[in-house]
Amino acid sequence: MNRSSLSMWQVMQAKGYSRRDFLQFCGVAATVAGLEMSGFTRIVTAFETKPRPPVVWLHFQECTCCSESFIRSSHPIVADVLLDTLSLDYSETLQAAAGFQAEKSLQDAMKNYPGKYILLVEGSVPMKDDGVYCTIAGKSAEQILKEAARDAAAIIAWGSCASNGCVQSAKPNPTNATPIHKIVDKPVINVPGCPPIADVMTGVVAHVLVYGGIPELDNQGRPKEFYGRRVHDTCYRRPYYDAGLFVEGWDDEAARKGYCLYKMGCRGPVTYNACSVTRWNGNLSYPIQSGHGCIGCSEQGFWDNGPLYQHLSVFPGFGIETTADKIGTVAAVATIGGAAVHAITSNIRKRRLRSDLAKESATPVKSVEGGEQ
Amino acid sequence: MARVVVDPITRIEGHLRIEAVVENGKIAEAYSSGTMVRGFEKILKGRDPRDAWALTERACGVCTTVHALASVRAVEDALSITVPQNAELIRNLMFCTQYVQDHTVHFYHLHALDWVDVVSALSADPAETSRLAQSLSNWPKSSPGYFSDLQKRLKTFVDSGQLGIFANGYWGHSAYKLPKEVNLLGVAHYLEALEWQKEIVKIHTIFGGKNPHPNYLVGGVPCSINLNEVNAINSERLNHVGKLIDNAITFVEQVYIPDLLAIAGFYKEWAGYGGGLQNYLAYGDLPTKGFNHPEYFKFPRGAILERNLNEVHEVNGRNGEEIKEYIAHSWYSYKSGDGVGLHPWQGETEFNYTGPKPPYEYLNVDGKYSWMKTPRWKEHAMEVGPLARLLVAYAKGSTEVKDVLTETIQKLNVPLTALFSTLGRTAARGLETRLVVHWMKSFYDELVANAKAGNVATFTRDKWEPSTWPSSAEGVGLTEAPRGALAHWIRIKDGAIDNYQLVVPSTWNGSPKDAQGQRSAYEESLIGTPVANPEQPLEILRTVHSFDPCIACAVHLYDPQGRHVHDVRFY
Repeated sequence: MNRSSLSMWQVMQAKGYSRRDFLQFCGVAATVAGLEMSGFTRIVTAFETKPRPPVVWLHFQECTCCSESFIRSSHPIVADVLLDTLSLDYSETLQAAAGFQAEKSLQDAMKNYPGKYILLVEGSVPMKDDGVYCTIAGKSAEQILKEAARDAAAIIAWGSCASNGCVQSAKPNPTNATPIHKIVDKPVINVPGCPPIADVMTGVVAHVLVYGGIPELDNQGRPKEFYGRRVHDTCYRRPYYDAGLFVEGWDDEAARKGYCLYKMGCRGPVTYNACSVTRWNGNLSYPIQSGHGCIGCSEQGFWDNGPLYQHLSVFPGFGIETTADKIGTVAAVATIGGAAVHAITSNIRKRRLRSDLAKESATPVKSVEGGEQ
Repeated sequence: MARVVVDPITRIEGHLRIEAVVENGKIAEAYSSGTMVRGFEKILKGRDPRDAWALTERACGVCTTVHALASVRAVEDALSITVPQNAELIRNLMFCTQYVQDHTVHFYHLHALDWVDVVSALSADPAETSRLAQSLSNWPKSSPGYFSDLQKRLKTFVDSGQLGIFANGYWGHSAYKLPKEVNLLGVAHYLEALEWQKEIVKIHTIFGGKNPHPNYLVGGVPCSINLNEVNAINSERLNHVGKLIDNAITFVEQVYIPDLLAIAGFYKEWAGYGGGLQNYLAYGDLPTKGFNHPEYFKFPRGAILERNLNEVHEVNGRNGEEIKEYIAHSWYSYKSGDGVGLHPWQGETEFNYTGPKPPYEYLNVDGKYSWMKTPRWKEHAMEVGPLARLLVAYAKGSTEVKDVLTETIQKLNVPLTALFSTLGRTAARGLETRLVVHWMKSFYDELVANAKAGNVATFTRDKWEPSTWPSSAEGVGLTEAPRGALAHWIRIKDGAIDNYQLVVPSTWNGSPKDAQGQRSAYEESLIGTPVANPEQPLEILRTVHSFDPCIACAVHLYDPQGRHVHDVRFY
């Protein structure tokens, strides 16, 4: 068998694409990545010379929802990802080989591509009792992770399990389930969510491949591209919040009109994720649009942040320009005044923002919030 | 005698390890071990019962939603909540969506590579594949040019030298029997199914906001119906669901079922292997007159013993003498000793790992060797899953099930007893997909009729507030996950979870032996399975995959002296 590795340009040639198509593709890639055209030449070179990047996908304490989400990607579709974009050399969920043959695929990837393979990790690592709570081929998850991480070019933690421990690390965390960034001594791109949105996952992979590096991250290691905005600030139901129109009980008149779910325990105000913009399964809906509050699944410790249906107390960080770096986790404590307090400070914040904008602008900013109290 | 270990068994969910003893080319003994645990039961204690669906849903992301459904039913059972008809219909639609997506993905992406030789497809004649495809169904993607382009793409992929997920497969193994042209068809539909499966799950997204892990609610469903509002389930959303169902019917009828029958025709000898246990258990599901009336379920409830299809035994999840869990070979300890069985309401989850320290080569299969407990129904080991569901339905006289089974065995020209096998299990999964995708349409029609008539309620309010609950209550939520009978048991005390136990299908099927030495379904079904080459245990994968395991699994290879076979390397 021919063992030479084909570059992206060669793959596209074989599929009948012209050089012009290829350059157009690179242009799109550059635009998607937000690159100036000065970065364009660099991308062309990268795709022309690289083989399909080898990828190793490990599973530890997890439920495989991240893998399932990944195959829901709509742009690109995952068949194209697997055949044309990358080389998924180890994936317990999809690979044909099992047992020793599967382990050989893992060893081959690490041996043949040191410093070049991308490591994707789904699941947390139990650190209690020598790791007996998760073993594969007789090795503990910790042993496998450290071995695979050593020569990885980039490490991506898929989902909340790998990023923050998720459900198995919820109190009392019986197995000391630990996120991978606390175990490996390399930078880790955390892509939390239970699971993360499919198109966010393929988006992050594209970002890494196009740049050949790590995207801009917040202080929890999350790409700002997808975790830079609060669900609350980008929610299409936000105007109902500002207007004080809330669902008070499931399937009540307000629910049937799609009012704000804040009082039903929605964690949108303290959750950084792309749900309300990118939305799910081909931009179709997201939890709030389908009537249930956000459960905050991309936030550290979200399972222990109070009962799901208890609404948040007053929370800091009122402006849409606030990022997760500036505020901490907010506890869910039922306080009747919470919504009102936030509404008031929110409006104060808006006034300040408006005056800031006015100072920066040559022309005064016209008020668009006439109904504001 | 050779001892075979496969670890990890791939193309499943989770971490499973199987050890098998091979004598005269056949498996004489087998050990199934689940090698990962998270301790859900410990985490649930003390939490709000209304939150349990969200935590337990995370037990599995492959069969997403099923734990959420079992959980809300357990709480509703404890608190005597009856959900509105629309909530039942929407839950049924989400249930059916899960079956259709999950079974299709299992067939093409988790199981097909046990039967389809990808490398052989490279030398197929695309024109012949086209003729074959057009003879099987009216599926439009069947021209010679389509298969020729696909083959070129596959060749380019293989020529790149980077085989990705297909690397180190058992290509060329003597157990692969399909003609090249059928292999090419199989690869084409592998890729098509991969693209299609992301569409059907949109029904979850519409009603539950996302997939995987859509949202559920104790007392109903979280979405509201309002035909005069863009912010609710309205005519556009319902149209979208209807279109997705129509497309699903086309895909199942024109791709999945024809492929299943075509491939099965070349592997009829597998109707003679992998039968395993003779007892089958189904809790039943898809209520048509409410969850408290199992006599009207589409999938009926019941147990079959000794393959006697003339008698179906009643099953009662609340009866402390029926379902019990044992831990003789599981890494747990019970206060009253490891020999007893506990009904899940009395269930305990205390870790007691006695296995080797990792890295290890072998488990001590004489002692405890798995993180799975061993459930028994009236002390019997039971198989659960699509085959069990169809057999119980058949034995209970379901004409729909009888018709589809009869038609299939006639087409394949095999007797009904062929169902008790690896092939039968795989066929049953496809056949119930066909039933479910049509049932889905009828649930949808009912939901639309309700909306039209102004019946829009999706939630029962009276028991939402914990102040309305009794100081203590206990409930059981039964369902049928795609992989089989699933139930959650809950005890509520002073508004919080006092005890919570999950007994999942892969525990019924994949558990270790009980104290009496009775094997569970995976272990029993492997007995007698031929292994042509212990270093390429393709046949083990076929039988284990026929259950669609939902735990990570591992089968290890030992030589006659019980040493690990180290030279299983393919360069």
